[in-house]
Order: sequence, then C-alpha cells, then structure tokens
Amino acid sequence: MQTAIRFDPMRLPPETEKLRQEVRAFIAEEIEAGTFDPALGLKGESFDREFSKRVAAKGWIGMTWPKKYGGAERSYLDRYVVTEELRAVTAPTWAHFVADRQSGPVILKYGSEKVKQEVLPRICRGEVGFAIGMSEPNSGSDLFAAAAKAEKVDGGYRLSGTKVWTSNAHQADYMIGLFRTSPPTKENRRHGLTQFVINMSWDGITVNPIIQMSGKHDFNEVVFDNVFVPDDYQLGEVDGAWKQATSELAYERSGPERFLETYYVLTGFINAIGDQPVDLRTSEGVGRLVAQLHTLRRMSVSVAGMLEAGKEPVLESSIVKDSGTIWEQELPGKVRSLAAFVEREPGNDPDLDDIIDFALLQAPKFTIQGGTTEVLRGIIARGLGLR
Amino acid sequence: MQDSSDSIVVETTRRIFADLCDPRTVNAAKDDAWKARLWQALEESGLTLAWVPEDNGGTGATMTDAFDIARISGQYAVPVALGETLLAGWLLAKAGQQCQPGPMTVAPMRDGPAIRIDADGRLSGRAKAVAFARGATQIVVIADRAGIPVIAGVSPQDCTLADRPTDLGGERADVTFDNAPSRFVADAPAGFDAPALRQLGAALRAAQMTGALETMLHISTEYAGERVAFGRTISKFQAVQHNLAQLGAEVAAALTASGSAADTYENEADDAAALFLEVASAKIRIGEAVEKGGAIAHQVHGAIGYTAEHVLQRFTRRAWGWRDDFGSESVWARDLGERVIANGADALWPTLTSR
Repeated sequence: MQTAIRFDPMRLPPETEKLRQEVRAFIAEEIEAGTFDPALGLKGESFDREFSKRVAAKGWIGMTWPKKYGGAERSYLDRYVVTEELRAVTAPTWAHFVADRQSGPVILKYGSEKVKQEVLPRICRGEVGFAIGMSEPNSGSDLFAAAAKAEKVDGGYRLSGTKVWTSNAHQADYMIGLFRTSPPTKENRRHGLTQFVINMSWDGITVNPIIQMSGKHDFNEVVFDNVFVPDDYQLGEVDGAWKQATSELAYERSGPERFLETYYVLTGFINAIGDQPVDLRTSEGVGRLVAQLHTLRRMSVSVAGMLEAGKEPVLESSIVKDSGTIWEQELPGKVRSLAAFVEREPGNDPDLDDIIDFALLQAPKFTIQGGTTEVLRGIIARGLGLR
Repeated sequence: MQDSSDSIVVETTRRIFADLCDPRTVNAAKDDAWKARLWQALEESGLTLAWVPEDNGGTGATMTDAFDIARISGQYAVPVALGETLLAGWLLAKAGQQCQPGPMTVAPMRDGPAIRIDADGRLSGRAKAVAFARGATQIVVIADRAGIPVIAGVSPQDCTLADRPTDLGGERADVTFDNAPSRFVADAPAGFDAPALRQLGAALRAAQMTGALETMLHISTEYAGERVAFGRTISKFQAVQHNLAQLGAEVAAALTASGSAADTYENEADDAAALFLEVASAKIRIGEAVEKGGAIAHQVHGAIGYTAEHVLQRFTRRAWGWRDDFGSESVWARDLGERVIANGADALWPTLTSR
C-alpha cells in the first residue's frame, strides 16, 4: 500500500522570518532605486553585476559555505528563503546565481585548495560568475556521451571541442566544463569524463551567441581550441565526473527557481483585474493556480528540509522539478485563457498581453534546461522500482 | 508514513486493516461477515473515536494521528464508516454528548441548502449522498435554527433514505428530513458553524483520497511489473514508465497537500486564514490528482482494471465520490480565487510564504 515517496510537512524555521524581512526590505530599496521592475519579469535584464555585488555585501552569496572561503556558514534553509524571495520578484541574479547554486558547491567538494582560494571568495563578493559547460551539439540529455576532449599534457590538459547551450558564457568569468579524458569502458559507459574549472579569459576560447526566439541572449556556443588548463583546475578524480553528478543534481533540481519563473504573469493578471467585479470562471481559475502553486512550494520546502538533514532525495527532487517546470510553463497559457474575459484598462504598464506573449516565447525552455521532462520521468520511474 | 517513528495509533490501524480488510479478500467475499469483525476491532482499539477527547469517552488522539488513520483507511479503501464516525464523534464532543458504540455518519456531506430545525427539534430538508446513512446508529447533523447553527442527532429510521442511482462507493443515500425528530439538540460552540464541519470533512477526504492514490500507484506499479506483452513486462515500456512517473507525481502532490493541511490542524488550528488556504489547496489539488491519477491507474491496468472483479475500482470509485464531498474542487477554487483576488496581487506572496 505504501509508497517510496516522502514529502513530510516541513515548515521553514521561525528564525528565517527575520532574514526574509531583511531580503524584502533590500528588494523594496532596489525597486525604488530603479534597479529592476518585477512586473517585467523575464523581459527584464537578468544580468546585473553591480546588483550581485550589493546582494553579496548583505552576505547572501555563498551563504552556506565555510567562512574561510568567504561564506557565512548559514543553513540551507536560510539560503532557501533568500532564493525564493529574489525569484518571486524576478530579481536580476544571473551574474551570481549559477555560481552560488552549483558551481561553488562543486568546487568546495572537489576543487584544489588553490582554486578554492582563488575563486570562492570572489563568488561570495559577487565579483565573478560561472557558466555550465556540459551540453554539446551531439549530447545534451545523454550527458555521458560528451565528446569534447581533454588531452593530458605536461602540467595540465589541452581542451578542444564545442560546448553549447551554455547560459551566460558571454558574461561569465569562469566555466565548469565536462571533458572526455578517456573512452568509456564496457563496464561503465559513464567512465572517462573529467570536470575542470576554466577561466574564460584563457587563450583559445571563443564564445558565439545563440539568440532565442524571444530575442533574449541567454545561451551560447563555446569553442575550445587547444585551451591549456593547469592540473590545479581539475575537479575531483580524472575520468570520475560521473560520481560527482548526483548530489549536484538534487541541489539543482528542486529549488524555487523551478516553478517561480513565470509567477509574475499570475500577479500581473491579478493586478490587471484590479477592482473589476470578478466572475466564477476567473475566481475558479485563479484558485486552482494558487492551490497548485502552494502545493509545489510545500513540496519544494519539504525537499529543502531533507537536503538540510543531509539526505539525497533524488526521487523527490526530480518530481518537484518535473511538476514545477511544467506548471510554470503552462502558466502563461492558462492566464491567457482566463484573461480573455477580463477588461484591460488602456495604458496599463506593462501591458498584460505583451507580458503573456513574451512569457510564451520563453516557456518552451523550462522543461528542457536542467534536465528534460523525459529524463526526469525516467529517474522517477527508477525511483519507483520500474527500471 | 512508513518508518519506525509511526505512532502506536498508526501502527495499530495498519495492522487491523492488513488483517481484516485486505482489498482482494474483501472484494471476493461472499458475504459481509468480515464487516462486523472489522468494526469490532476498530472500536475495541479506540480508533473510531480518535477525534473525541478522553473526557467524552474517546481516545483523544492527535489531529495528525487521526488524519493518518484516515489516510491509511484510504489505502485500504475501507468500506465501513470509519471516516464518517470520526467526524460524527468530533461533532458530538462539540455538542457535549457522549458517544455510543456503532457506526455513525454526518450531514450535510454535499453542498446544498441548509438543513433546518425548528424550536421542537424537528428537522426538515435534504442531504444528498450521505455515506453509510443506512447502517448508521445515528446521523449527526449541523442544522440551521432561524440563523443559529446547532448540532443535532437523528436516527436514519426517522428519515427517508433513497439509494442513489449510481453508487461510486461508500453506500450513499439521499436523506430527506420530513419533520424528523432529533434525539438531541445542542447549540454549536461559539465560532463553530457548518463551514467548520465542511472544512474538517474536506481535510479528512483529502487524507482518504491520498491513501487511495498511494494504493493506485502501488498496485499499478506491481501490475506493470507482472503483466507481459510483446515479450516483456509492460513496466519496460517507456510510455508506461512515464505514465507511472506522472502518477507518482500526483501521489507526491497529494501527500504534501494533505500532510500540510493535517499539520495545520495539529499546530495552528486557531489560524483561520492558514486553515482555509491549506484545506482549500488540499481539496483542490488532490481532487485534480484523483482525476489524473485515477485515469493513469486505469490505463496501466488495461481492461481488467475496469471490471468489478478487480480491486482497482474499489479505490478509484471511492476517490471519485470523495472528491464531491464537503465541496468539490471547483467550489473551493472559486472561494480561494475570490479571496486571493480581493486581497490583491501584492498580498499573495506573503500569504504563500506564511506557510
């Protein structure tokens, strides 16, 4: 009768409330100063180095990391609160978000002392950002089919090949790249890949922009032409990147950023309704969306609790990512449907229809980036004992 | 919950159902003799009066334990009036009444015009689809006495019962009160009214539906691992795996929403806004989970899943019926949406993060 799935009713501890209010006060100041407009959501500029430095000055980057590397040794739940507050207003965190969420933790766990000292404090000060070099033109979901090479030379490696879909590579200071150091073995098809910390200013790296259909430039192609990486910049064991992936993914998959990307479309709709009398269809539609969002958030908080307790909830975090990204992807279309019978006052800024249109153009990527639906469902099926 | 931190109450519940209410055994039973044995075991262990304080003759279990009992009863599609008796006992305790042995039920169970009661304690009106009305020792009613909510008890013998043309499961009857005499009438305590019963009933059904969904997932996964087609078990087909993954996601949402609502009843029962958000979200989201999850469970089972002989229908039929109790998803969604819109867009995020 029982299921392997667990989502205990976790509540964020009362101590986090003070931090939450601090973040809200900071956000209010930034909005007042014109740094960004939450109503624009994904239409706004997501990369803002100076904003990231101000977030860092508050101690909110690398919050959970050791103080000796510039961190604050705060709890994972504190970080959760900061993350969800910034995501709910679509704050421009892109200059530090990836570094904070996954690059820094990987370096902490697998990096040389030299690289830790060089990079981590600068992340914590909001000075440097990271890109993720995993996908290639011929391998995305099939991560371990990566073919870009790292050839051993004296004192390091020479990298050659192409990475693609690298968010922010055009503005990142570093990249964590996955390169092939050996062929796969019969026993382990995942054997043979190694992760490196790469300084984006090194010789031989070319970044070419990929423009999305929405007009946004998030993604890039990155070409490596015999780029020299010193040994110190290798992460973990050679050929052993497959061991590093799992815990990283649990952290990456279940956070509030996986269902809040289009939240501003819902609040934009409620604002557009304003004081107009509301019909049954509109009320019911909004009620369902809020019930779904509340549930998704409770699931995400529950996973955060499991991670804080040192567990590795691969099944549960995959479920949150799968359900969350589908929900945020479908949200613009559902709001569009409800908005069909709501009067729009002319001159409302920003125009709700434009907000919906832009979100529709961004939406397809949510269920592809960071683990596609089909891959996640395979992981969930394995967790249910079907594979 | 399945770990060693389960309370004695939860452990006892599981054991009784496993011993006396196995769905396949029950489904194939030639007569109803097992029902009496099951009810006796439930009563002897005090589970039926979990929501009645010890002072009133009950076991006074915690709210979360009682919701766990309800969820486990959903896991077994228990076809006796356990959930209904829990609600009736809760009402009787509010009315200062002692509980007698035997199954009970409550009304109203479906949204509709209020049941009225006059100064002589005679009830009139109608309550649709009341579960287990026929065999109940008492129907405990929230009625309206000229605008004042009261709690009253009535015997089904003094009412007119009409079996519903389609029974989704749970032995439902439409109950007509035609100047029916009540056995007792008590003023409902201050601040307590029909919406309070409806809200607790909705949370109870949310827990029961969650249990039913858990078993739908369990038996669908089991079946997929046994059924062979095209030279392999159907669990090997990606389409089937992905469908079951989606059913898993619906179970996850249900566990989360019902657990969160139960936790709110346990720790923040005085926070009306919190209770409303949690119960509304649970009733809406889990109703949706039953829709999608039930469809997947049937699809995975193929033809045998929609027969009377197979156990799957014990779970899907009950879940489809429970959805309509104490407010359907649409009605709860309308109420939640109205409040959210009235409070304004800026209030939504603080509301969500208060939980």
